[in-house]
Amino acid sequence: MSLQPASTEIAARTAAVISTMKDLEGPLLPILHGVQEEFGYVPQEALLVIADALNLSRAEVHGVATFYHDYRKQPAGRHVLKLCQAEACQSMGSDAIAAKVKQALGIGFHETARDNSVTLEPVYCLGLCACAPSAMLDGQVIGRLDDEAIDEIVAEVRR
Amino acid sequence: MNIKADFPTLIQETDYGTPESTAEKQVTLTVDGRSVTVPEGTSIMRAAMEGGVEIPKLCATDMLDSFGSCRICLVEIEGRNGTPASCTTPVGEGMIVHTQTDRLDAIRRGVMELYVSDHPTGWNEKAGTGASEFDAVAKSVGLAENRYGVEGRNHVHEDGVAPGHGSLAVDYIARDESNPYFSYDPAQCIVCSRCVRACEEVQGTFALTIEGRGFESRMVAGMHEDFITSECVSCGACVQACPTDALREKTVLEKGMPERSAVTTCAYCGVGCSFKAEVKDDEVIRMMPYKDGKANHGHSCVKGRFAYGYATHKDRILSPMIREKITDPWREVSWEEAIAYTANEFRRIQYQYGRAAVGGITSSRCTNEETYLVQKLVRQGFLNNNVDTCARVCHSPTGYGLGQTYGTSAGTQDFDSVEFTDVAVIIGANPASAHPVFASRLKKRLRQGAKLIVLDPRRTEMVKSAHVEAAYHLPLKPGTNVAVLTSLAHVIVTEGLFDEAFIRERCDWAEFQDWASFVAMPENSPEAVSKLTGVDPELVRGAARLYAKGGNGAIYYGLGVTEHSQGSTTVMAIANLAMATGNIGRPGVGVNPLRGQNNVQGSCDMGSFPHELPGYRHISGEAVRDIYESLWGVKLDDEPGLRIPNMLDAAVDGSFKGIYIQGEDILQSDPDTKHVASGLAAMECVVVHDLFLNETANYAHVFLPGSTFLEKDGTFTNAERRINMVRKVVEPKARYADWEATQELARAIGLDWNYTHPSQIMDEIAKTTPSFAGVSFDLLDRVGSVQWPCNEKAPLGTPIMHVDGFVRGKGKFIRTEYVATDERTGPRYPLLLTTGRILSQYNVGAQTRRTENSMWHSEDRLEIHPHDAENRGIRDGDWVRLASRSGETTLRALITDRVSPGVVYTTFHHPDTQANVITTDFSDWATNCPEYKVTAVQVAPSNGPTEWQKDYNEQARQSRRIKSHLEAAE
Repeated sequence: MSLQPASTEIAARTAAVISTMKDLEGPLLPILHGVQEEFGYVPQEALLVIADALNLSRAEVHGVATFYHDYRKQPAGRHVLKLCQAEACQSMGSDAIAAKVKQALGIGFHETARDNSVTLEPVYCLGLCACAPSAMLDGQVIGRLDDEAIDEIVAEVRR
Repeated sequence: MNIKADFPTLIQETDYGTPESTAEKQVTLTVDGRSVTVPEGTSIMRAAMEGGVEIPKLCATDMLDSFGSCRICLVEIEGRNGTPASCTTPVGEGMIVHTQTDRLDAIRRGVMELYVSDHPTGWNEKAGTGASEFDAVAKSVGLAENRYGVEGRNHVHEDGVAPGHGSLAVDYIARDESNPYFSYDPAQCIVCSRCVRACEEVQGTFALTIEGRGFESRMVAGMHEDFITSECVSCGACVQACPTDALREKTVLEKGMPERSAVTTCAYCGVGCSFKAEVKDDEVIRMMPYKDGKANHGHSCVKGRFAYGYATHKDRILSPMIREKITDPWREVSWEEAIAYTANEFRRIQYQYGRAAVGGITSSRCTNEETYLVQKLVRQGFLNNNVDTCARVCHSPTGYGLGQTYGTSAGTQDFDSVEFTDVAVIIGANPASAHPVFASRLKKRLRQGAKLIVLDPRRTEMVKSAHVEAAYHLPLKPGTNVAVLTSLAHVIVTEGLFDEAFIRERCDWAEFQDWASFVAMPENSPEAVSKLTGVDPELVRGAARLYAKGGNGAIYYGLGVTEHSQGSTTVMAIANLAMATGNIGRPGVGVNPLRGQNNVQGSCDMGSFPHELPGYRHISGEAVRDIYESLWGVKLDDEPGLRIPNMLDAAVDGSFKGIYIQGEDILQSDPDTKHVASGLAAMECVVVHDLFLNETANYAHVFLPGSTFLEKDGTFTNAERRINMVRKVVEPKARYADWEATQELARAIGLDWNYTHPSQIMDEIAKTTPSFAGVSFDLLDRVGSVQWPCNEKAPLGTPIMHVDGFVRGKGKFIRTEYVATDERTGPRYPLLLTTGRILSQYNVGAQTRRTENSMWHSEDRLEIHPHDAENRGIRDGDWVRLASRSGETTLRALITDRVSPGVVYTTFHHPDTQANVITTDFSDWATNCPEYKVTAVQVAPSNGPTEWQKDYNEQARQSRRIKSHLEAAE
């Protein structure tokens, strides 16, 4: 693995993202978001370009990028389904919901379906405790999950 | 002498937990019933410790800002809710603090129970020390059982199998043994971040981070890389900071904890870091930076901290050797025979060829006392002044230039001064590589907001690296220092940025006006000189304005200033700038040469130059000669003796025949290697006194084995004029410390020397040299170190010079006319070669090449710009032939845009490279300091080493044969 920023397409596209946000106060997180939006994940090569541009060490950028689960190391599936596993949802049966979803999709948490249709992830509180158990599909929150809702979600991501 | 009796114990430094507060206001509080008064802003943790109450802690240490993550140091404060962390809570007036209550005990036990549940047990016996802070805290909170079990997810049992037959060790990461000096065992990491913070706050490299979050979080180097391939520079700050055995020196893990220690001074660069040399069974186990060391304040670099293995390397020669001809193999002899032979030879040569036919070279690597004795041997014993020192090839222009302008031949500040600097100017130096501990201190100041200006042909780490970005980088062409500095002065004068009040008070106003009219001439404007220097005039103007008006401006410079044909002029130009802007005589400003070697300052102070007696007093001065003549009982020669290049010239001419060289490898470090070789070959008695059969020893007739800094007592003087103690921690491996060997030689030629300890030599120095009048080993033992001048006027030394006026009276402005070097590029030699150093290696590498430091730098490479490389069909890693008017050599290319087109760069750490075969014999007009930093060269693809390199290697191999070894082998 070469750890020097390479003049590749990833580097060029990353540099373009950086140039729009470099002057923000605390630019690292917005840039990481921008990179994830650009590529669908945060390529390691992009981290080197960011470190160089912001005069940070690559260790620092790595530390920040790995702290947040939302920054992906690999591209996700076409859909991203997050099931809340926090206390309120657990008390309302999120464990059983998760088991059903895993079975229906044939994947576990942090996994992506072979056909790349969907990535399944746990999430710890969506702030929807009043509507527990809850989930988030491609950024849309879904409350009061039940078997019917699960079927709908599965059908949606399989489409 | 019994060393053990001198330092029977391991020095334990108190860890106050958080840094000292410098506030003036005092606050009084009560800690566990004791009244404690501390400066405002002090943490409760530190206040308690100062009052003698130690609060248990894991994530706090006084080298680092408080962090408040471990939750062990909690206290109760009367009138406040909860149990705040004592490290992050500042003291308050009248506060009543309890550090030991049942509630606190229960909390600490609970927290520790959690830590231990995820920490390998049974590890201590196997690979840890059992003596870490973590072990001590676990013991002190009294953990009898663990409700959570101790089969954590991140470790394996001592037999290598994970709990649950592997299934539970989901977070296990294997040990990282890639660094040669320390190992990292992630299983023992408690994620206190002390290592990460040490790397950031103390070292300034930012190579470490905490990866992930929650249970997965662990310290990693770089982007989860091996330490050796990461950004880590192996300074050791993280190892020092680690409260567990996760990061630990391999020597400690292999050989156990050291048993006793002594405070001594590093023998590498001119920063002069203080270390505790920690010893077990007469073997150095590790070097620990000493927090009370005034130059380093508890920090270190890879060389001082780890690269001491040369002291026990198998290449060290431990027996004196002689041979009649340099083509003979060496013959091991007794000290008595070697000394007698040498004395006879020197006597014979002086009888046969005259008194001036012999001389000596003092070493910037040896102690002040040893250097003093060598020049005394030459002056009192040889009765001439043929003594010189390796400073000739590095900082002699500093001595001359600062002597002329300010009246003293040394830097004006202490290193602490950098904490008050607002604008730092680095000229021709790369402290991140060559003076790493100073670089760390400077980087810290830069992170606090100070600005940086860099004048260097190369884009060094100081120009841009993590959290460092120079406000101005002036990438000048090698050899144009004077032109650039004069153009900076042009801007300061013509834009009215000079400090008139300071100049009128401290300097000669008429001389200033003369100088000002000179620099203001249009041909000295940035625009006019940019054609020569290659520097954008706007950068020069910006840099001049920043330095003149940006607050406290401090100039730090290195060999990129001095090793030029106009080296002395450049030093004067620097001195002019500082005077013109009033940046002299208070903390945060000044002119600071970054000295290359541990005792180059000291060796100059000790009268190593042919024209000067100790304390920079000219040999022609009758009063000064009187002092020594009455003490030594001889008549001194009142004419200056020969400099190193003159000695070699005289040798070639046949009038100089014998030389005593202590601790310098002139063949490798002096310019024009072929000329040095022919000079040495023409002599009849070359005595090399060194640790190793160095390159010069290939031409020697007598070899006297030297002693390392670990084997002797004495003092080194660092770049800030600080006289630091060197203490013997092991007996000399070759019987004599260097000062003893010199004394034996002196006695053999008939001198009545009877020193029994180096302290007596220092007493003689103090008695004869006004600027050292107050120095004694007693004083140094008491106060740690002092900066000369140290005398009646300044009994504890002088951190900052020229405070109320210049030493010479009025500061002297001197015109600095730019004269281009005779070394010019042309069609045959179109590129300019400049040289420098790298972090892990030191100078000619005699020491560091004999340590694991070579893992970072195993050969010298030629840095060349992609454009110049492409023109010549050179690819990265190719062998290239580097040729100048003097000679040629080969090495491998490294393609980089750190250097500008037209400039190539290499280091000189490896003898195979023979970089000085290339350099010319041009030198500084005033001091003969060689022009290492500019050589016109051509670069071409090559198949391998040149004939010279091959011949040389064969000659070196032949001349290193030792007779007894040959017989034993046969």
